[in-house]
Amino acid sequence: MTLRNRWRKVLSFVMLSLTGVCAVLAVAILFLILGYLIYNGGRSVDWDFFTKLPKPPGETGGGMANAIVGSFQIILLATVIGLPVGFMAGVYLSEFGGKTFAFLVRYMADLLNGVPSIVIGIFAWTVVVVPMRHFSATAGGLALALILIPITARSTEQFMSSVPQTLREGALALGASKWRAIATVVVPAAYRGIATGMILGVARIAGETAPLLFTSLGNQYWSLGFNQPTASLPVMIFTHAVAPYEDWHRQAWAAGLVLLLLVLLANVAARLILSRGISVQK
Amino acid sequence: MKTSMSTANQPSANPTAGKPVARQQGKLKAVNLNFYYGAYKALHDISLEVPANRITALIGPSGCGKSTFLRTLNRISETIRNTRVEGQVLLDDEDVSNVDVTTLRRRVGMVFQKSNPFPKSIFDNVAYGLRVNGFSGSLQEAVESSLNRAALWGEVKDKLHKSAYALSGGQQQRLCIARALAVDPEVLLLDEPCSALDPIATAKIEDLLFTLKDQCTIVIVTHNMQQAARVADQTGFFLLGKLIEYNTTEVIFKTPAKQETEDYITGRFG
Repeated sequence: MTLRNRWRKVLSFVMLSLTGVCAVLAVAILFLILGYLIYNGGRSVDWDFFTKLPKPPGETGGGMANAIVGSFQIILLATVIGLPVGFMAGVYLSEFGGKTFAFLVRYMADLLNGVPSIVIGIFAWTVVVVPMRHFSATAGGLALALILIPITARSTEQFMSSVPQTLREGALALGASKWRAIATVVVPAAYRGIATGMILGVARIAGETAPLLFTSLGNQYWSLGFNQPTASLPVMIFTHAVAPYEDWHRQAWAAGLVLLLLVLLANVAARLILSRGISVQK
Repeated sequence: MKTSMSTANQPSANPTAGKPVARQQGKLKAVNLNFYYGAYKALHDISLEVPANRITALIGPSGCGKSTFLRTLNRISETIRNTRVEGQVLLDDEDVSNVDVTTLRRRVGMVFQKSNPFPKSIFDNVAYGLRVNGFSGSLQEAVESSLNRAALWGEVKDKLHKSAYALSGGQQQRLCIARALAVDPEVLLLDEPCSALDPIATAKIEDLLFTLKDQCTIVIVTHNMQQAARVADQTGFFLLGKLIEYNTTEVIFKTPAKQETEDYITGRFG
């Protein structure tokens, strides 16, 4: 073997190893976080965590039942607003959009997607919290909806666009109106992808903290309805983690673990739905 | 096009082929039709009369405009942005641009080059056109009779509620024909319906076209000249967006008037 050939083999081996090490590193981070959370939070996730209110500083025990319910409240509101608006916008972009307007909407949606979530929080604070004069689940839900809309719109558009044009033509050629063809052929053909995008979007907003800090704020007690400051898991993690009490740290770890498991669960569900295949033959 | 010499010398197997076009009542007429994709002119001044209850074939090399022409007949060409039609298409002497587009497409059905069953059951595929057109009778009966007309009933009657994707390519294409027939179209447009099918499936569809002639007027675009010779009563030859020649299939294949037609069917180009 010539020197040159040997050098090429060595270089190839080194580069291959380097990419492999980086790949392992990328995956390892998830397992590291998960392991750390399980180690620190696992002991604290008990029945009380899901059923009891937080205890005042200095007392041990208690749970985050109000934050779990609050998170669901806020996410429910964000979902009820964000998913339909995002879905319809996605349908418009894929099926009706002209050239200039659709381009603008798509571009704006991508920009909105890239806006730091704390800026979304300030915006919601300005338009909802300030006029209402108090923090509320409504403000938090709206802030999260603003994040969910562009995500849903773009993923819906993407999966609708991947439905072959021949299916649309097939429906139109039978005398279906455009809206009918979309509702009865295109959307059903793309529904798995659309549903997956929606679940991933909801999973994404479930972990958002910054937009909730000054919209729904937080609460040590139960909040009734959507009009009061409302506890949520991400904000609870934040407040408990920075507090100087040992027992609060323990609770923060537990909340982190529960939140991460919920988000992972949503991701796995989304993958399962999508892996059953796009329902159109290519 | 190595076999086209022999095709040209064989008489058409179709018994009605060779009857003069002019005596049939014109079901569908194109009058000075021009079509543009943006600035590109794809059809040049096409005038053509499709007689009722006959099979009309449109042949020509790829990109000659025959599919584009077919797609203007049911205005499905409008689904592509930035296109423009000049001139008229007349269905029973009424300008199709004045007909409500969903009504027009119910009356003028279409079968596409690549079979395009919906991601639904076989039954729901056939019932689709009936449902969108507000059919009020028995869906079950209508679906069965459409599948029968498309010679597919026997093969699918035990799996009507299975996905249409479980069918073979030829069966899927006949399903698409059944779906188009379900709404009782007066005209059936077929855009290279057999281009993806094997000879057996092709033969089944050609047989089917003969049986459908009594019920509707058929226009078929085909790449395959033997197919045109076998099934069509009259044939139009397109080249570079122009209708070069239109006559009975026998005349086109035996004694074409234009040099370009003869060159094409004898395989000198195309």
